[in-house]
Amino acid sequence: MNTPLSWIKAYVPELSCTSQEYTDAMTLTGTKVEGFVELDKNLEKIVVGKILKIEKHPDADKLVICQVQISEEGETVQIVTGAPNVLEGQKVPVVLDGGRVAGSAHDNEPHPDGIKIKKGKLRGVDSFGMMCSIGELGAGREMYPDAPENGIYILSDNPDYANAKIGSCVPELLGLKDTVFEYEITSNRVDCFGVLGIAREAAATFGKPFIPPVVKETGNSEKASDYVSVEVEDTKLCPRYIGRVVKNIKIGPSPEWMKRRLAAMGIRPINNIVDITNYVMEEFGQPMHAYDLDTIKGHKIVVKRAMDGATFQTLDGQERKLDSSMLMICDGEKEIGIAGIMGGENSKITEEVTTMLFEAACFDGTNIRLSGKKLGMRTDAQAKFEKGLDPNNALAAINRACQLVEELGAGEVVGGMVDVYPEPWEPKRVAYDVERINALLGTEIDEDTMISYFERIDLAVDREKKELTVPTWRQDINCLADIAEEAARFYGYENIPMTLPRGEATTGGLSKKLAVEKKARNIAERFGFYEGMTYSFESPKVFDKLLIPEEDKLRRTVVISNPLGEDYSGMRTISLNGMLTSLATNYNRRNKKVRLYEMGNIYLPKALPLTELPEERCQLTLGMYGEGDFFDIKGVAEMILEGCGLEERKEYDPKAGRPYLHPGRQADIVYDNTVIGFLGEVHPEALDHYGIGVKCYVAVLDMPELVKRAGSTKKYKGLAKYPAVTRDISMVMPKEILAGEVEEIIRTKGGKLMEHCDLFDLYEGSQIKEGFKSIAYSIVFRSEERTLEDKEVNGYMEKILEALKEKGIELRQ
Amino acid sequence: MKEKLKGIVESAVAQISESDGMDRLNEIRVSFLGKKGELTSVLKSMKEVAPEERPLVGQLVNDARAEIEALLEGKKAAFAKKLREEQIRKETIDVTLPAKKPMMGRPHPNTIALEEIENIFIGMGYEVVEGPDVEYDYYNFEALNIPANHPAKDEQDTFYVNSNIVLRTQTSPTQVREMEKGKLPIRMIAPGRVFRSDEVDATHSPSFHQVEGLVIDKNITLADLKGTLAEFAKALFGEETKVKFRPHHFPFTEPSAEMDVSCFKCGGKGCRFCKGSGWIEILGCGMVHPHVLEMSGIDPEEYTGFAFGVGLERVALLKYEIDDMRLLYENDVRFLKQF
Repeated sequence: MNTPLSWIKAYVPELSCTSQEYTDAMTLTGTKVEGFVELDKNLEKIVVGKILKIEKHPDADKLVICQVQISEEGETVQIVTGAPNVLEGQKVPVVLDGGRVAGSAHDNEPHPDGIKIKKGKLRGVDSFGMMCSIGELGAGREMYPDAPENGIYILSDNPDYANAKIGSCVPELLGLKDTVFEYEITSNRVDCFGVLGIAREAAATFGKPFIPPVVKETGNSEKASDYVSVEVEDTKLCPRYIGRVVKNIKIGPSPEWMKRRLAAMGIRPINNIVDITNYVMEEFGQPMHAYDLDTIKGHKIVVKRAMDGATFQTLDGQERKLDSSMLMICDGEKEIGIAGIMGGENSKITEEVTTMLFEAACFDGTNIRLSGKKLGMRTDAQAKFEKGLDPNNALAAINRACQLVEELGAGEVVGGMVDVYPEPWEPKRVAYDVERINALLGTEIDEDTMISYFERIDLAVDREKKELTVPTWRQDINCLADIAEEAARFYGYENIPMTLPRGEATTGGLSKKLAVEKKARNIAERFGFYEGMTYSFESPKVFDKLLIPEEDKLRRTVVISNPLGEDYSGMRTISLNGMLTSLATNYNRRNKKVRLYEMGNIYLPKALPLTELPEERCQLTLGMYGEGDFFDIKGVAEMILEGCGLEERKEYDPKAGRPYLHPGRQADIVYDNTVIGFLGEVHPEALDHYGIGVKCYVAVLDMPELVKRAGSTKKYKGLAKYPAVTRDISMVMPKEILAGEVEEIIRTKGGKLMEHCDLFDLYEGSQIKEGFKSIAYSIVFRSEERTLEDKEVNGYMEKILEALKEKGIELRQ
Repeated sequence: MKEKLKGIVESAVAQISESDGMDRLNEIRVSFLGKKGELTSVLKSMKEVAPEERPLVGQLVNDARAEIEALLEGKKAAFAKKLREEQIRKETIDVTLPAKKPMMGRPHPNTIALEEIENIFIGMGYEVVEGPDVEYDYYNFEALNIPANHPAKDEQDTFYVNSNIVLRTQTSPTQVREMEKGKLPIRMIAPGRVFRSDEVDATHSPSFHQVEGLVIDKNITLADLKGTLAEFAKALFGEETKVKFRPHHFPFTEPSAEMDVSCFKCGGKGCRFCKGSGWIEILGCGMVHPHVLEMSGIDPEEYTGFAFGVGLERVALLKYEIDDMRLLYENDVRFLKQF
């Protein structure tokens, strides 16, 4: 929404402030000004001049020397110009020596600080200023269509400027002494989508009187109802329909003041009838439509839903497909317009029109919005209707339009109107309570002051009943909180004190889940992993990249019905794609050693199609390349588990068969007989899919399982007082036997006194027979009560060795 | 005898002073004090001394022994000192050579911003809670006073799973979930991912993060909201930060406001960073709408409250002057290492 200041001032005549003051004050009362453009920002010393005489330049074919009168008193200056379109007797804009223009004629682009004009010589002849094109005045031909494409803007060719006084201010003459403000209007303030609404706010903000235009119902002695009848079939979708008739239409240009106001709103002036329609739409925020009454069959308007599958040609020439949810304006035989969105080709106003039907109606905002979406259309009228307009405003708007038709001599307004308004909106009454409002705001505003705020915005106050009567244009005021906001706005948000909540103290902190996650993050960071973040939605192609088979349940995803594209269509069920994509980005950018982690959710549907929310499981995903191997990432995973309080033994199941991992270098992490994560080297084929040319290692920890088991039960244990007995054993065994199995035997057969065992050698190679490996453990026994004797330890060692032998493991000699 | 001892001591003194190392000192010790050493042999020849003189001679021998031992010890200490000095000289390093830094990661800039925010509010007694990313339409819209077909649903460009389930467009549904628990008073913040159907560019992302705040208690006022958020702004952007509240509209709060903070780059004078205004828009807030309280089972006659929502990316981008939001989701370590 834009408004020129001059238009606001037309209704708030006492308003006097700078553009910046207006911006700040309006923003602080809730009509946010996003920015403003001062149209005359770089226009200085530009006056109406009259060309008295034109002579050839002695030394240049393309230049002429003009004598230009620049004051009523007859003062003249000499100006040399190369403009092709100047003639003696013309009035033109002249920038005098020391003045400034907004842009140059060469590029027609405004310069940030304009261009200073000084007297000088052109090919040896003195020139004391410059005649201006429309571009040099910082405007354009869209808004000043009579200005030539090349050359000086000839003021005397425009009847509105022909009589301008010589020497008078050109920016003022052309309506450029103005500022255009751009607002961000919130969706609740439907009234502020019209100039009058903003003017009312401006008046209230500055505490000045608001003087709206006086609107009278004009017209001749005929009756509109003799020209047209209106029938509304669906009054829910069309709560009000008003039609008025104008005959003997004289299409012509609208006056300069109207053109200028429309131009400032960014609307191109066309002709008086179109301009009046647009003008009233901007002024009252009420869109209107004009039909050629002679095209309306049976002189009858019927407002009803469209037929499913019907098509309709809108006035832009496009064929539109309709359905029965859409509201149509029809005549006795056919559709003539899509209600609130766009009129039809078959009834549009042409230059030949003689009698016209003006429509000011009110439509259901939601219905218009949904229809517009279905049709893929978004018109100015639709944008206003969508917000849900006040039907009472429609009457003032249509009368205003008819009044303008008369004032501008655009036609003869037929008396009366056809108004279908079965359930008129009444002003609401809302109770106010000064004490409770102050209690909500934390203020101490007295009743008189508060009431003065209400009166500023036309809320009628009944002090007896403590009630406000709310005009229908303020549909957003319904309860005490709404009134409190009005009071706060004009009291000034900046004047409300700053306090801290009192009352019952509360203990703050992280939830256990967040606390465990934080701990896990910190440990990952401690070991060189940087935190990354990736999207939660992914392409279904991800599963192919990760070699996940067709029937795998990971492919059962929560699917977004309106995604940004297939690549963002499914909620991830596995966290690896984001990690591998990020590793690939780093790899492609030649980053050498990369360690990343992500703490993020996967989304597992309980059933498809989705009827309840999916299970969201937070996954800690570690990924790395460039330094370290499987056992490094395994170490980090274990440190995280231990750090989170999972202090018992972790088992590693190498047979999990996860397709995205190297079949010989992967394991599920098992704790408490539960798989709580997995880790491994990424499958070389998957790496190819991501374009990564080095080995990558990943680990994924299922955080809910960690959170469930988190919380350390650590207790102090006395430091060992007695010496340990250490026995080293070296074994040869088939490669298939896992170190984990050996450790399991040592642990179970070593008895209570077995303190720990450490792998200290692992060898496969020439000295060992094919298919076998050599492995050596150091086994430490210790008692907390006494020094152990060899005999005792020997007993346990025998048991260990025996069990190893049963497994086919021989001691190495 | 006396003479002999004197000769031995003098010889020892000479040898010790000329000695060139620990090994030589040991030889000297053996040659004088060892079992076959000179001094020992004097003791052995004691029987040749008259019995009455023995104590005296014994004394002399002991004195000589002590003297030699002291000399040996002194020399030994001198050698040890020299050795240590030598060792230190040899071990001297160029301390300006580069440090060996252990590999250490860092949190994502979003997380750093979040933790700062969390710490501020935890300090004020707020609990940090979470809600689901995939959310019922009811919690995301309806319970927040955004009924079916409300234009706000379009404004927020919602991703739908089906007509009942959406990707949450805001963290505000967590407010409703907390209020429904019925445990009052409430002081909470709820960080999380939110989703809106915006194409990816330098300032938009279809997935980003918000932190929601909610306080519900008796006698909570708009002044409390202002005071709390002013404290928050100071803690986050610096003690000298000023705040400005502008009226705004959100369906779930009334009165509503947007909060600007004085530009922390220029201090409010106006610069390119704040587009010349001196202020930077930072969050939306307001008093919880009585209808929202009611729908969540809280009596608006008895309780009031305030709510606010901050965009985490916005804070991170501002704080670190990051000019392209896409960097936050690429995870290039050269970017992540900077925070």
